[in-house]
Parts: sequence; C-alpha cells; structure tokens
Amino acid sequence: MPDTATKPAIQFQGVGKRFGDNVVLDGLDFSVAAGDRVPLIGPSGSGKTTILRLLMTLEEANDGLILVDGVPYTHEMRGGKRVAIPEKRRSLVRRRVGMVFQQFNLFPNMSVLENIIEAPIHVLGVPKAEAIAKAEDLLEKVGLADKRDARCTQLSGGQQQRVAIARALAMEPEILLLDEVTSALDPELVADVLGVLRNIAETTDITMLIVTHEMQFAREVSNRVLMFDGGKIIEEAHPEEIFTSPKHERTQEFLRAVL
Amino acid sequence: MSDNLQILVDLLPRLGEGVLVTLELTVGGAVLALLVAFVLGLAGRARTRWARVPSRVVVEFFRGTSLVVQIFWLYYVLPLPPFYVELDPLACGIIALGLNYGAYAAEVVRGSINAVPTGQWEAATALDMGPVHRLRRVILPQAWPLMMPLFTNLLIQLVKGSALATYVSLHDLNFFIGELRKGTTETVFAYTVGLLVYFAIAYALTLVMNALEARAKNKVGQGPSLREVLRLTPPRVDTAEVRP
Amino acid sequence: MNDFWNWDHAAAVFPSLIKGLGVTVLATVIGMVIAAILGLLVAVVRRSGVRAVTWPVGFLVEFIRSTPLLVQLVFANLLFTQFPSLAVGCAVLGIHYATYMSEVYRAGIDAVPKGQWEAAVALDLPRGRTWRDVILPQAIRNTLPGLGNYAISMFKETPFLAFIYVVEMYAAAQAYGGGNFRYMEAITLAGLLFLLVSYPTSLLVRRMENRLA
Repeated sequence: MPDTATKPAIQFQGVGKRFGDNVVLDGLDFSVAAGDRVPLIGPSGSGKTTILRLLMTLEEANDGLILVDGVPYTHEMRGGKRVAIPEKRRSLVRRRVGMVFQQFNLFPNMSVLENIIEAPIHVLGVPKAEAIAKAEDLLEKVGLADKRDARCTQLSGGQQQRVAIARALAMEPEILLLDEVTSALDPELVADVLGVLRNIAETTDITMLIVTHEMQFAREVSNRVLMFDGGKIIEEAHPEEIFTSPKHERTQEFLRAVL
Repeated sequence: MSDNLQILVDLLPRLGEGVLVTLELTVGGAVLALLVAFVLGLAGRARTRWARVPSRVVVEFFRGTSLVVQIFWLYYVLPLPPFYVELDPLACGIIALGLNYGAYAAEVVRGSINAVPTGQWEAATALDMGPVHRLRRVILPQAWPLMMPLFTNLLIQLVKGSALATYVSLHDLNFFIGELRKGTTETVFAYTVGLLVYFAIAYALTLVMNALEARAKNKVGQGPSLREVLRLTPPRVDTAEVRP
Repeated sequence: MNDFWNWDHAAAVFPSLIKGLGVTVLATVIGMVIAAILGLLVAVVRRSGVRAVTWPVGFLVEFIRSTPLLVQLVFANLLFTQFPSLAVGCAVLGIHYATYMSEVYRAGIDAVPKGQWEAAVALDLPRGRTWRDVILPQAIRNTLPGLGNYAISMFKETPFLAFIYVVEMYAAAQAYGGGNFRYMEAITLAGLLFLLVSYPTSLLVRRMENRLA
C-alpha cells in the first residue's frame, strides 16, 4: 500500500497545454501516488499522450505546475510569478522518469547492449562494467539475453520494444511512462511485451502511467484508472468499478466501443 | 599520334606534379569545407539568434558571391591595405574552395540533421541525454549516411572548381594541359588527355565516397558491410523478421 | 593615396561592371535555354532503353558532368576559332548544364506517380500523347525548382568566360583592376553584385519550391 503520508509521486496543478489554437489540456489537476499503476484511457486527442510528453519534458506546459515527489519539475512559483526552472535542475528530475515509446525509437547505430548501457554510463556516471552487468541482467528479465550483441534492425517489433523497456529500466526510474507501447506491434507479438510489463508491475515499486488500448491488461495491472476526454479527467475509479459499472456517460460509450 | 604519345610520356613527371597539385587543392579544400560545413551547419541549428543569424549570413555570402571572385579576391585584394595578408597561391585556392563549398555543405549538414527521425531525439531526451551527448552519439551517426551522397556531388564540383587555380599561377592539372598542348601543338590531343585524367580523378573519388557511404549506412544497420559489398560472392539474404 | 577604399574608383568601375553584368545575364539566359532543351532531349533518349544509344549517351553525359567546365570552355574556344567566343561560351555552358538538367528531368519524370501512366494505358492513349499531355506537364512542374537553382549556379559560373576573353562582369573587374592597379573596389563590387542578384533569386526559387511542394 502506498504510504499516504509521503508526497505524491506526480502532481499536476492547473496544467494547461495548447498547440496553436487547439487547447488540449486546460486547468488539469490530478495526482498519482508512489507505486500506483495508472492506465490513462479515453479517445484519441483527449490529452493522454500529452500528459506523458509533459512529464518527459518533450512538451512544455503553457500554464500550471508539474511536481515530482513534491518538487517542481519544469516551472515553479517565485514571488507570485510562474517561472521556468533551469535545465540543470530539470535534468535531475528527468532522469528519474523513464519512457517507452510506441515506435520503440531504439538507436540503430548501436547494438542492443550499447543502447541499454549508453545513458547509465554517460548520464548517471555508472562504471562500464557495472552498467554491462546490469544490462545483461535486464536482458535476461525481458527474455532477450541471447540478443545482446544484435543490431536493433535485426529484431522483430516485439523484441525491439522489450529492448526499449530494458533501456528505460536501466536508468532505475521512479516513474515509468508507457505510451501505447503495443499499438505498433503485430498482434502475436503483443503478449510478450505485456508479459514483461506485468512482471515489472508485480516485482517493482515503480510508479507506472500507462496510455493503452489494451483494456484487459489495464484491468489486471492497475490499482486506479483515469478516463480522459477533451483534456479533462471525466472519471476516476478502481479498475473493477470502472470496467464493470462506469458512471460517466462518455466512459460507458467509450468502453462499449472498445471492449 | 605516336609522336604525341611520346611527348606525353616525356612529360609524365609534369603530369604527375600537376595531378598532385590538383589533389592537394581537392583534399585541402575538402577538409576545410567539411570543417566549415559542420561549424556553420550546427550553428545554423542553434537556439540562440546570435549563432543562427551570422551563420546564415556567412553561408549565403559564400554561396552568393562567385568562386572566381572569391579566389581572386584572396589573391589580389588580401595583400592590400587594410589586410596586408599575402597568401601563397595554394592557400588561396584551398581557402576559396573550402569556404565556397563549405557553405554549400553547411546546408547539407543542417538538412541531414533535421532529417533524423523525431523519435530519436525524443528517446535521447527520455534518457536525459544532454544536447551535445545526443548529437554526438545518436543524431550525427544517423545524419552522416544521409550527408554522404550530397557530399559526393559537392566533392566532384570541388575538383572541377580546382581548375581555376591555374589562373593564380598554380601548376595543377589544368596547367599541365597547357604545357602538353604547347609540346604537341595538338589542341584536341592535349585537352582530351587532360579531360580523361580529370575524369579518372572524379571517378576514383566517387568510388571512395561510395565506399564510405556504404560503411556509414552499415553502421546504422541500413545495408551490407563494406567487406560484403566488395566481396565477389552474392550478397547474403537478410532472414530477420521485418520490423513493423 | 594609400586609403584602402576609394569611392572614386568604385564609381569609375561601376559602369563597366554593370555592362559586364549584362553580358553575364545574357550568357546565363542563353545557356539555360540550351541546357533546358538539350537536357530534356537527353533525358528522353536515356529512357528509350535502346542500349546502343543509351550507353554512349550515358558515358558522354557522365564525362561532361564530371570534368571541369573551365577546361571545356578553353578547349572549345581554342577549337572553334571561327565562332565568336561568347557564342562558344554559351554553347559549352548549355551543353555542360544540359547534363545536370537531364538528371533533374529524370528525377522529375520518375516523380510522376505510376498511376498516371497506368491511367493513360487504361484510357488507351497512344504513347506520344501520353508523354505530351499527361506526363511532361507534371514532370516539368517538378523540375522548375531544379531549373531555377541551376540557373543561379550557371550565373555564378559565367566568370569562367573571362578566361576565353568574353567581357562579362568579372573580366570587367579584372580589366579595371589590372589597368589601374586598383583591385580592391573592382573585385569587391563584382562580388557584391553577384550576391545582390543571386541571393534574392535564390529566395524566389525557394518560395517557388515551397509553393510547388
């Protein structure tokens, strides 16, 4: 059970994000406790992926504050004004957040092992031998120990995604963001990847934010589900509740169409 | 014809010297151009205006003023007040070629870096890799194979441009053609030989660049290795599953 | 007078630079017309698939493209003494750039979607018609930016004509400089004039590229 006395892992306070004239998020407030597994579900364009991208600093919010472990991440209030936090401090928070992408985004100029050890060595300063040992351990856990020296382009989609997960885990993140990680895979490869994610959920304390269409998986792994529509959270409930008896009309519509 | 060939054989040492000077101009110009291209190309992508605008100005300046004007400016005007810099002709040639083609190459650098898929930039950010680290270890290695074909074109243009050096009194291949013509009093023979040698140089350089391109592509997993390409046996069939 | 920039000299050389610029522009226009037409012919011939024709043409194109324009100009001028140098110069410029243009046309023709050819066959259009009314109009649209860029490129290579004694803009600058022992203003102004013409033109070509994309 997450310790409610400590600060929440993630807090969004009045966060707004627009792309040109398109307002994606407006005054969004929510928080995620440490160790939570939270699927973000809802129709496309509802802002779910934007939330992940804001947490990974791939986008910058126009309004509001984002806090990680109670500490402001990209902006803070100084003397009543919203001020951007310099890169050095952002970096210290960013490295505690990991992300796995829909398109895997492995580095094609490096082998599988090199992909995994690159950031630990050069960003975290982990000694090479230790980084390699850890990487091999992670490859074992995702079932790809024998692909250690393979070129990424030689692997199947499911294998590449598992490497991508290992790469994210090598940074020992406190928060793991998963952006539709199985959507680009052929159906028969999805199960292996979900298996790895289930394993992570069961064996670690990492806070997980999962944007996914895999409802069965979301149901099994999560302790709290957030349903988004039009940039707002329209329903928030325990998985058993939300999937069996959703309260909001939009949620009902959405789940009917998807399940 | 055999007289002409005899004269050519006699003049072979001079041909060798001429080719050497042309190669010096080409290699020197190319190295300088590469340097200029990366400095201007990377500066052109900087976040700050103070780097982007001057870079743009310099690039357009060296692209817009003609190579001929540039080389003669260095040769005739630089020694004058207020500069008082007297460069030797080879330096004039290398600098003019390097700046001119470097400006064109800067656009290639900039364009190739931009062409690296966004996902790569984002994955590097997700791993908290800083901008320099990301450029060095992820982006440039992937931009490089994109730059190669365009660099090859510019290199050939650079060799052709080097023929100008004759007019700043360098004894390059172009100069040799003049000497051969005087020796044989045969315009067609001399120029045909000269053009064939230029062609051979261009062809050889193209082969080298193609090999470098193959190697660069292989390093990002986009093609067979150089050894495999050069082998005479049929290429291996890729049996790996196709990625989605 | 040891001042490094003298406005009197600048003013004195300016008229001959402008006159030279006129020759430069003329040579560029004539050269590009030749290149555009000849390049198209070469591109069509190379697509004919008749080995006996495509091989020699291909080799010739590669040969001309990979060897210095400057050397080709001097060679032709020495050979064709009966023609005025400007004419020889324009012809060589045209032939040299035709080799570049043939590549531009090839790329432009290849970029026309395959569906267009297939639709023409389905409509039972004869081959000549297909080329003339369906393919070429689209292909030529694709080639306009390339044409523009090579025109600018040719404009900047016209100073090579100075070496076959055509008084274009650089030759005018050189003549003034040599005659008055004042190179500074002549060469600098010539360079700036090149920039003044080529840069705005390149912006126009870029805009056209964006419009056509």
